[in-house]
This record gives sequence, structure tokens and C-alpha cells, in this order.
Amino acid sequence: MSLDLPRAMRKALYDDTDPAAVSGHEDHPPRMGFFTDTSVCIGCKACEVACKEWNHVPEDGLVFTGMSYDNTQGLGADTWRHVAFIEQRKPIARQEPGVQHDVPAGQSSDLRWLMASDVCKHCTHAACLDVCPTGSLFRTEFGTVVVQEDVCNGCGYCIPACPYGVIDQREGDGRAWKCTLCYDRLTVGMEPACAKACPTDSIQFGPLDELRERAGRRVEQLVEAGVTDARLYGHDPDDGVGGDGAFFLLLDEPEVYGLPPDPVVTTRDLPAMWKHVGVAAATLVAGVAAAFVGGGRR
Amino acid sequence: MPSLGTSFGRGGATTFQQDLQNSDCIVIQGSNMAECHPVGFQWVMEAKARGAKLIHVDPRYTRTSALADIHVPLRAGSDIAFLGGIVNYVLEHDKWFHDYVVNYTNAPAILNEDFQDTEDLDGVFSGLDRDKRSYDVQTWQYAGAEVQAASGQRDQEYDERVEQGHSTKEAGRGSSTGSGGSSIGGEPERDETLQHPRCVFQVLKRHYARYTPEMVEQICGVPQHLFLQVCEELTNNSGRDRTSAFVYAVGWTQHTVGVQYIRTAAILQLLLGNIGRPGGGIMALRGHASIQGSTDIPTLFNILPGYIPMPHAHKDEDLDKFIEAEAPKKGFWADMRAYTVSLLKAYWGAAATAENDFCFDYLPRLTGSHSTYETVLAQLDGTCKGYFLLGENPAVGSANNKMQRLGMANLEWLVVRDFSLIESATWWKDGPEIETGELKTADIATEVFFLPAAAHTEKNGSFTNTQRMLQWHHMAKEPDGDARSELWFMYHLGRIIREKLAASTDEMDRPLLDLTWDYPTEGSIEEPSAEAVLAEINGWDADGQPLASYEQLNEDGSTVCGCWIYCGVYADGVNQASRRKPAKEQDWIANEWGWAWPANRRILYNRASADPDGKPWSERKALVWWDEEKALWTGHDIPDFSASKSPWHRPPSGATAAEALSGIDPFVMQADGKAWLYVPAGLTDGPLPTHYEPQESPFTNPLYGQQRNPVRQVLPPKQHNRYHPSAGAAGSDVYPYVATTYRLTEHHTAGGMSRFVPYLSELQPEMFCEVSPELAAERGLEHGGWATIITARSAIETRVLVTDRMTPLTVQGRTLHQVGLPYHWGTSGYSTGDSANELAHMSLDPNVHIQEVKAMTCDIRPGRRPRGPDLVRLVETYQRRAGITEETGTGV
Repeated sequence: MSLDLPRAMRKALYDDTDPAAVSGHEDHPPRMGFFTDTSVCIGCKACEVACKEWNHVPEDGLVFTGMSYDNTQGLGADTWRHVAFIEQRKPIARQEPGVQHDVPAGQSSDLRWLMASDVCKHCTHAACLDVCPTGSLFRTEFGTVVVQEDVCNGCGYCIPACPYGVIDQREGDGRAWKCTLCYDRLTVGMEPACAKACPTDSIQFGPLDELRERAGRRVEQLVEAGVTDARLYGHDPDDGVGGDGAFFLLLDEPEVYGLPPDPVVTTRDLPAMWKHVGVAAATLVAGVAAAFVGGGRR
Repeated sequence: MPSLGTSFGRGGATTFQQDLQNSDCIVIQGSNMAECHPVGFQWVMEAKARGAKLIHVDPRYTRTSALADIHVPLRAGSDIAFLGGIVNYVLEHDKWFHDYVVNYTNAPAILNEDFQDTEDLDGVFSGLDRDKRSYDVQTWQYAGAEVQAASGQRDQEYDERVEQGHSTKEAGRGSSTGSGGSSIGGEPERDETLQHPRCVFQVLKRHYARYTPEMVEQICGVPQHLFLQVCEELTNNSGRDRTSAFVYAVGWTQHTVGVQYIRTAAILQLLLGNIGRPGGGIMALRGHASIQGSTDIPTLFNILPGYIPMPHAHKDEDLDKFIEAEAPKKGFWADMRAYTVSLLKAYWGAAATAENDFCFDYLPRLTGSHSTYETVLAQLDGTCKGYFLLGENPAVGSANNKMQRLGMANLEWLVVRDFSLIESATWWKDGPEIETGELKTADIATEVFFLPAAAHTEKNGSFTNTQRMLQWHHMAKEPDGDARSELWFMYHLGRIIREKLAASTDEMDRPLLDLTWDYPTEGSIEEPSAEAVLAEINGWDADGQPLASYEQLNEDGSTVCGCWIYCGVYADGVNQASRRKPAKEQDWIANEWGWAWPANRRILYNRASADPDGKPWSERKALVWWDEEKALWTGHDIPDFSASKSPWHRPPSGATAAEALSGIDPFVMQADGKAWLYVPAGLTDGPLPTHYEPQESPFTNPLYGQQRNPVRQVLPPKQHNRYHPSAGAAGSDVYPYVATTYRLTEHHTAGGMSRFVPYLSELQPEMFCEVSPELAAERGLEHGGWATIITARSAIETRVLVTDRMTPLTVQGRTLHQVGLPYHWGTSGYSTGDSANELAHMSLDPNVHIQEVKAMTCDIRPGRRPRGPDLVRLVETYQRRAGITEETGTGV
């Protein structure tokens, strides 16, 4: 999953570990983030409601989807936390689901119900921020990525830039909206609303370094208990976005939860592109100069 | 809560949710805790993180099951068979906790010779009067002594106890029972070896012997291997060093034999020695913010504050006779006179004197059951003319919504106090009967008043939560507009009525005019002081000083106390319910957060956490113990026992009340100081739980000839309250499926607080049913499409969720399909839909008069329901096909 760029160049363009410093925050607090442990999520959706309440995110329609208990469908301008519900004919470790279905020969009558609360990943290399022409999107002192609604001009560049499809334009408003990791709460020492509301600590908020350590231990514990499907997603600073500020413990492949398996910062190739542009420009200039030189000789 | 009350002494959860973290195994049954109590569920997750086994027994695989180690799907309405099977397993495999059972339960008590069990009488107990549909409970008593219940129906033997007189009766009873022993106040005969054929232990063993794993499979549809897995987990995690907890909610109570479901769990937990110990207990989860509070200081017709029974309309009953009939001679209930007199003093103050029996005659008298369902019948009969609905939405939330609305349509006036215009306030213009043409707005004479209610943030007061803990909430701002608190409404309503009656000389008005009704008011809206009410509930002594404990209450009228079990909540003049010391600054019991009744004890009967000698059963499970040096009970929790009563104390003969409790009587409210495996008094439908089929069932009862609870309360099968034929009767196949109702996390009960809120409505926007892929195939139901569900009461339409989480079961060799129905929706609000309770009937549990909405039969078919009069015709067509008459389903 490493980038094509040489590490030295990558380092120069983005700091792997300290995005706040790269953005010019001196003496900043530690990078803060979310660790969402989906193995203890009970699908109560308190995170969805707490987020909307705190951030005044509008209700966005009564739609009975039939997708298990998920009537929210996905993250968007009006949904900054989204709980996915996935019913599968698969076992979880040694769980006895008890159900007895008529299944075709060779198929399992097993059952598990995965629940996972998704959120903006607050990437180390955030393409939305790279492409924002107005400076509406910015990197906070906590290393999070926030869009300022009073600066956003609704150009929409950030939307195709996001490798996760998180940031979105609000209908009838035109501006881009997404999770702020409750920047207003963080600045006064409070935890984000979703983490505060989560009854089982599925959503954990804290310094990213600590969360990564804790998550590592949790995976080991689960695997030891027979939950061999447990894995982390977005925790790796060497992944395509330099690691996420909001990462997850999943019990199946990321695709199952609607997450891209191998996200890459969409502005990854910009330096290379600029290099090529540079070479092309230099060649052009050289050619023109040569032409003049040649002409002078005439 | 007569199940917990008669078993242990108090009608409340024996433990608190935080203590679940100490459990080694948690069985959640009759509850969907993760969905309905998500905040408390964190302690279940904590236990799981510490290695506890989590078992969920439920017809549906829910969000609770998703986190469980074992999910056991069972047929709705079969829990007694399942739990009885475990009782049998425990006894058969000698897994019971011998020292606990012998010392702390009534297992050794010997029963009256006349007692006959369901084993002897093909499914009924001795004393059944089939015509009156009730039991004479006299034969259920112990040999040698009569005991009174700490809860439940305490008036059962009024005549014997009062009118024949005490001495006559002692002789009379002795000879009539053939026991030759003394009566009231006597000690029950006991056999500590548990070998006597009539001792409770042996009766219990015989009673449950037929609840074999094979029988469990036949009744519940639970494969034997799965059932035995539960038995093993539960027994391996119970004993000296390990404890298991049970968690239940209305999945157990809402049945025609619901109280006995909980009783079965009580028996099991006592046999395993899991009551009064950390990580053990029975956690009763209440469905609303202060439902425990509304039984403690009741909104129920049959009890007074603190579970003092409401007097019945006996001829010439005075306070003496009331106490004589309803109070036991031993344990803390023996002081019922002090509790009652202090309550009467709180009601009527200076007007209540020893000379006038402390105004005992002012109390209303019961002439029968006056539950919410009888009230509906009284409305239809025209005898009930007015109705107050405070935070209640019966047009959606109560069984048989049509009956509820027709009752309201026959009132003179109706007052609805709520946040929003709920269905119970608007049925006269947009209810389902307006659509079908059964009611016409212009013809309805009911005058409906809608009064907006204040939210909890707009008023002071307390909530008593599911674990008996009072937590104070403070007014953040005065309510907007005309919105007011219930306290404001009740106080000012009383004030105005009293002003209007001030000149009255009619004796009938004395109880109102003599009331103490002098609470100070505060602020621009003249809100009564909630703290002044709390101070009165707590009570004060003759000098007006706040009391600290109910042990200070007197019989002579010198103390005032509005609810004896809450005495101490205002000790030292401090609002103990508003204490908020953070958890991090105290131990796991956190008894400086809020205040729990009784006396701020968090785990009830915790004397039982120590062995008879006062030592913890094990270090791992230590809670309270006897400190030899200090000669005091001490420990982590506040001892639920007389602090200085040594484990070796034995009362002198003739001692009464608390003095009569020995050092090994942990169940201090009980008339014999012991927990009751067998309930000799206090329940109307049997001393031992027995599996009966629900009112409506596709199956016969394989245990006995008796199909249903013989004394279940069957309300008259009025035109709109018809019952279905059950298995064996013609027409039962017209309604072949079992429906069960429930709640979702996203909504609150009848929806008044959630369907009007956009953020909640969008999460579950439409009424739906949950069905298995097999049922969908059988009936042609399309995922995401529509279904119509039909009973003899009504038909509703829902969206269809086909899910593997609903599983077919094999019961008595046949495939059973169950239909899941959330009951939140109605015609009003932001998210609307048909109400599941339209389908429900009014056959009730005989102890608590609760509806059976957790197991009823139905049919389901694809497509939307007919509109207008066609809906009525569809329901009638089904009734005709099933051959339903007003007799159907009403037999004993």
C-alpha cells in the first residue's frame, strides 16, 4: 500500500505523524481521533442523534430502506455518523445464534449481525483539504479536518477528492458539510458528542497514539477469544492516506461495511504530475529558447 | 411486582445494573436490553469483557442477541416451560446450593396436608372454583402456621383472619387442616433434611419432574442441545465462588400468566443461591423513566404508597381489622400499622387522630378490579364518565386500541396532558373508526381538553429508576406557554376543587377538605415546591425533624411519612436524591450517587451474601459480612439487615415483627424471614409456576389437560374483543401464526416522545413487521413490500422486513412461524403507521391485570389492508371463517 513517491519526497510534502505541525500549528495539542470498535456496537444510533442534535444537522427524509435496521444509508452532508447493519450467514467466533433456516445444501444456517458506526476519517493526507480553493477546509491544531461553513463557496471540488465519499454538498444550500470531530467541543476540553453518547464505548475518543495502542491490544484479545475475523482499518500510517484520524476495528472485509479496501489520497499523484508538468514546461522553454537561439544564429 | 414481592419480600429489582459487571453469566430473557436499555447494557458489556457468558433467550434474534454468546429462540409464551426445565435440571443433577437453600429459603417448610399440586389435579391446584374462576388459597398454607404475603393479594383470607376472630380461628384452622399446630404467629413445621414428602423442596421436585429436556423441546421449540448448553452455563457459573444474574422486562410480564414467569426465575435463582449476592439477582428492567416510582408511590388502583394494600370494601372494616387481616406477625411488614398511620398523618395531618382511627375511613375501598381495562369497560357501560390521561396514550399503547377509543367516545369529558397531540387526543377527528365510518365526529359527545405538558428539564422532581434509585432533576427553565408540570396540574386542580368545596357541609367532602394541601409555590407560574413534597414523603417526627429511617415510624400518630420505603431520602433535611458524587471518586457500588430504597441499600437481601455464620461464601463474592470484633454487619454495601443482629441470634418464642427475625433470616420483609420457593399466600393463580398456553395458541398443552391459566382474567368478549380458537378447537388454523409485540431503540413506547421528533423518526420511519424467509415464501410476502396482519380484533398493514433473524421453530413436530411487531406507531406525528395494539385482546394476568401482547395468534398476507368499511368486513370475514362467537376462548 506504499505510495509510488519516494519516502523522502512524501515526507517533504506531508508529515506522516504530525499533520497539525505541517499545517503550521506550533505547540499544538496531541493529534486527537476516534477508534470505533465495532465488536461492541449495539446499533443504538445514539451517535447519529447526538451528532445531529449538537451540530444542528438537518433531518434528511423518512425512507424505509429494508436494509436491515439501516434507514440512514450512508454518510453525507446531512449524516455525519452512520450506523451500518449487516446481516450475514456467517458465525462470530463461538457464538451460537440458535436460528434454524432451510438453507440449500452446503450453505450455513449461521447468523451474525454486524453493526458499525462510520464517520469522516480525518485523513493524515486529506485530499479534500488539498483541493479546497477557498481555505474553507483546514487542519485544526488537533490534527482534524474541518470545513468552515462561512467560508465554503460550494465549488464542490472536495467531493470527488474524498477517497471515502464522506464530504457532500447539502441540497438547497450548495455548501460542503461533514463531521468536524466536534471542533467546538474539543476547543473547550469536551469529547465529541457521538463518543459522549455511545453507551458501550464502541466510539472511543482520545489521542490517536493511545487509541492505536489500545486498538492493537483489543484485536489481539479478540483473536485470542476466537474472533479471528477481527482486524483494524485505517490505523496504518503507511496506508494510502497516511493513516486515518478516525479508524476502526472491523469483523469482516471493509467492503462489507461499504468502506474502500485500499483508499488512496486522490491528490497522491499531484507532485508527480507537477514534476511532469515541470519537465514538460522546461522542455517547452528549452525548445523555445533553442528556437530563439537557433533563430539568432540565422 | 407481586412475583418478586412474594418471593423475596419487596416488589423491586433485587440488584442494580452496575452490579451486572460482577456476573459470571447473565441470562437476558423477556427483555431486549441492548435495544430498550442501551445505557444499562454497558454493564453487561463490561461483564462480557471480564469473561462472563451472555445468554439471550428470545423469539427474535435482536441487537441483544447480536452481542450474546448464545441466542436461544423460543416460542413466545413458553418461558415457564423453559425455566421449569432448568429448575428440573438443577434438581435432577444436584446442582443446587445446599447450605443456601436450607438456611435461606422455605424449602424445608412442610405444607398443609390438603394441598394438591398440578401433578394431582391435571394442571390445576387445590381450591379452584371453576364457576368463580378463582382459587380459595387456604390449602396452600404451611402446616402449623399461616403466613401473610409481603406483596400481592393480601386480602385473600380476610374473613378467616378477622371476622371469625383470632382465637376461634386458631382452633378452627388447626382442626380443619389436620395439622394440629398453632395458627398465626406460629412457626411453620420444618424438615431441615428436606426429605419430608410434603416439604416444599420435595413438592417442588415432583412439580418440575415432567419438565424434561424433551418436554422443553416439545413446548418451546428449543433443541435439547441448546437447552442443555444454557443449563450447563448457568449451573457452572453459580455457587460459592460464582454468580449468575437474570434480566427481564415486559417480555415476561405481558402474558396471562406473566407473574409466574418471574416466579420461575425466582425459584431458579434461589436454588442456585444467586439472590443477595454480587453478580447475582434478578434485574427487573422497567420501561419508562419512573415506572418503579409509579409503583412505589403508585398510580395503581390496588396499593397505597410503599406497597401498603388498598383496603377492600368489607363491612365495618376499621384500621385494627385492616392491619389484622393484611399484616404478618413477623418481619418488617409486621410494623404495617406504623407505616399506615404515618401515611394517614401525611394525608390528613391534624385531622387524623387516634380517636377517629387516623381518618382510615377516608380511604377509598376496592369493590373488585379497577384496572385500566375494567375502566374501559366502565366507560363503555357509561359508569365511568371522565378520564385523565397523563403521559399515557391508550389509543396506541394499550391492548385493543379500538376498545380504548370507543370507551373514550362514550365519556362526558377527557383530559389529555402530553407534549404533543397524540392519538388519544385526536381520535375523535382522525382515528381509525372515523375512516371506517364506525364513529362520526359530529356524533361524539366527549368534551376533550388538551393541556400541554412540561418536559423534565422544565420542572424539579425525582425519577425512581429501574433499580429503585431516586435521582433528582432540576428545572433548567420555566416551561413555555401553557405547558405545566404534573405536580403543578395536580396541586392547583386540588386547590381549586378545595376552594369550590370550602363551604360544603357534606360529609363526603371531608376527605378532600381535611387534606394537607399546603405546599409552597415558587416562580412566576406558581410551581409547587417539589422538594417540599419530597420532605413530606420522607416524613418527620413529632418535633418536625426529618426522619432518617422507617424504623423510627410510630403507630401513635406522632410521625408523618408519605411513603415508608422512601423514609431517609430527606434525612438531615438534605435531598439525598440529588447527590452526584462521580463514580471515579467512590467504589463500584457508588452509594453516594442518588438514593435507593430501602435505606440506600443497592443489593437487597445482602445478608445472604454471607454464610449462616456471617462469613462471605467466598472472597471473590464478598459483599457484607459479620464483623466479630465490632459485633456489627459491615461490607461494601449497606447491610439489608439489623446491623447488630448476630448470625447466631435466635429470637425468644413469642417475639414479633423485626424482633422475631433470627440471625439467619436474610429476607427481612417476609413473614418467616425466608425467600419463598413456594408461595403460600399472595398470588391468585398458584403457589408454584406452571406452564399454561397463552390465551391464544396454535398448540395444546402437552403437560396437562388444563390448556390455559384457569384463573386468567378474561374480560367480556364484547363485539370488538373477540378471542381466537386455540389448538384443538375448530377454526384455530384461520390464525396460524404467533405474533409478538416489542419496542425498538429508535422509538419510545406509544410514540408520543419519538414519532413527533424528526431525528428519531428518520431512523425508523415506518411501521414494519419482521418475518423469516420461510414465512415470506409460505405467504408470498415481499421484502420491502406491504403485509396485512389480521386478528379477530382488527387488521393492520405494515412494511415487510424479511430477515434471517426470525427463525421458524419446530414445536410438537410442526413448523411454527412467528411475526414480530413493533408497537410504536399510530395515526399522528411525523412518522405514522398502523398500531400493533389494534390486534390485541383483553385477556389479562389475574395478579396484575396486564395484557397478553407478547403472544397472540394472527394471520398474515401480502398487500395493504382494505380502507374504510372494507376493513371491518375483512375482520368479520375472518371471524366467520374461524367460527368465532362470544364464547370462543372464554372457557376456564
